[in-house]
Amino acid sequence: MITQLVFRALDKKAVWLVLILVAIAVAVPASNLLLPTGHPLRIPNYMVPLFGKYLNYALLALALDLVWGYVGILSLGHAAFFSLGGYIMGMYLMRQIGNRGVYGNPILPDFMVFLQYKELPWYWNWVDMWWFDFLMILFVPGLLAFLFGWFAFRSRVTGVYLSIITQAMTFALQLAFFRNDFGFGGANGLTDFKDILGFNIQAGSTRAGLFAASALALALGVLMCSAIVNSKLGKVMVAVRDAESRTRFLGWRPDNVKLFAFTVSALLASVAGALFVPQVGIINPGEFAPENSIEAVIWVAVGGRGTIIGPIIGAIVVNVGKTLFTGWLPDYWLFALGALFIGTTLFLPKGIVGLFRRAGRQDRRPPGKEASAAAEAGVSPSTLGAKVEPAE
Amino acid sequence: MTARTETMLYLDGVSVSFDGFKALNNLSIIVRPAEMLAIIGPNGAGKTTMMDIITGKTKPDAGEVYFDGNTDLTRMDEASIANLGIGRKFQKPTVFESHTVWDNLVLSLKGPRSVFAALGYVAANDDTARIEAILDTIRLSGRKGELASGLSHGQKQWLEIGMLLAQDPKLLLVDEPVAGMTDAETVETAKLLKDIAQTRSVVVVEHDMSFVRELGTRVTCLAEGSVLAEGSLDQVSANPVVIERYLGR
Repeated sequence: MITQLVFRALDKKAVWLVLILVAIAVAVPASNLLLPTGHPLRIPNYMVPLFGKYLNYALLALALDLVWGYVGILSLGHAAFFSLGGYIMGMYLMRQIGNRGVYGNPILPDFMVFLQYKELPWYWNWVDMWWFDFLMILFVPGLLAFLFGWFAFRSRVTGVYLSIITQAMTFALQLAFFRNDFGFGGANGLTDFKDILGFNIQAGSTRAGLFAASALALALGVLMCSAIVNSKLGKVMVAVRDAESRTRFLGWRPDNVKLFAFTVSALLASVAGALFVPQVGIINPGEFAPENSIEAVIWVAVGGRGTIIGPIIGAIVVNVGKTLFTGWLPDYWLFALGALFIGTTLFLPKGIVGLFRRAGRQDRRPPGKEASAAAEAGVSPSTLGAKVEPAE
Repeated sequence: MTARTETMLYLDGVSVSFDGFKALNNLSIIVRPAEMLAIIGPNGAGKTTMMDIITGKTKPDAGEVYFDGNTDLTRMDEASIANLGIGRKFQKPTVFESHTVWDNLVLSLKGPRSVFAALGYVAANDDTARIEAILDTIRLSGRKGELASGLSHGQKQWLEIGMLLAQDPKLLLVDEPVAGMTDAETVETAKLLKDIAQTRSVVVVEHDMSFVRELGTRVTCLAEGSVLAEGSLDQVSANPVVIERYLGR
């Protein structure tokens, strides 16, 4: 079964994507570490974690696309899983500081000393062991997604209502993490990290390693998602998206299909968040903000949902745009983002990927079939999340 | 009265109301194995509600619903009922538009329905042969690689019937199968359903009287949630109450 899955995952497009990501995982660190400073092909130091961050966002977008693009669940709370992964990684990193903190306490992180904690809260006990912490990065968000999905999908909460409760979930978590007595550093969050797996987190080689890990994690995510959507289960997912009750009357259980996709998606989002935190050096409750989840939805929409490559392109394009734009006109970024979203839904219902696909199709189309092409392209853009387009 | 254990579908005294409106009122219907029953009746007679009850979408307020003699359907959900062997065709043709004709049938094919079974599914030769055979039956062999969204209305109706066949059900519930079909297609559909009824039980809900005549089978006329008349089409359509309440209008 496993070999079948891997074999199926390796369709031509996925192979190319994985090869490109592996090449990037090697080339960017190599260029940064091996080439002399000032060499025209050298990736400057500041760019390595920046690009690494884009790749983490791309993995988050891919995770979101698995549920939104393929199963039609518009989650407006994926930042929750991303941030939880980030916080759990942050806990490990905090415990690696040891007595090098401002207060020099060998056990308690600085914020706990400051907030007059007498001892570690129980949930901080084992996270100084990397293997335990990394397991928790998968386990905790996975469990949350499973429980959330179990109740939501069994009660047949769908559409906007589901979107609203996912949003409420991330907002509730944000409020909880803001509290000082919750044990995660309140509004300041976790920061001032020193080491990861024994390597200095500021060192160029560590940054390069984290970049490579981000690229490889994304490649692995592509393989996983590709294996899922190319299997019969992937077809059931699209069937649930397009005609849920038909699927039910054929004997499938849409709630289980959704639960599977939602949980896998949460795991991927959590890994993305866990790789994000050591590269940006901080995690605070702001990451849970509902806006972050909505931004991720926009990346997916811009790139093209219901495809594997679309969300990756969308996340990178929008975030590169954000970096440039916020440097240029910082106050207007949100307007630009909103305009981008409206423009995409109106003119590019299938995103950037759809644009290329349409161009490719028109080249090959025999004469006399333009009418149906127009009909195909004219899918209603207005009903975000409800209207569905053919998946590949 | 036929004993319950000899029936494929057994509804006895089924009532259900929505916000005080009695959609079904003490409805009793029996379908025997490998028998076809045509159900006619005015709009709002409870035909679709009856199908909802059988397939588990709606729970009855009162009454018994048994499948294959002994299985109580009122305690089961849609997916388990479908897996027992009850296939349902909707009034509006409902196929998976963004899948190919072939994939529509793959998804319908009888087999394990768990998430992980689907993840590891590999098409067996038997499955492929079965799908080919169904494609022949529903005359879509030539379009098996096309997206279902590209099919005509009548072809979608046929594809949906094909999906039901792929489920290998013992009982088919078919809601207005010829709506929107040409006359030629209607005749073909009647032939197809009669073929199916050689080996399986079929319940057809239909408004089109010439189609019901084509089926040449036992007819039940529903009105206001209960049985108005039963018998052959000629008997039923000669019934003065049926003429007054349904045909005459």
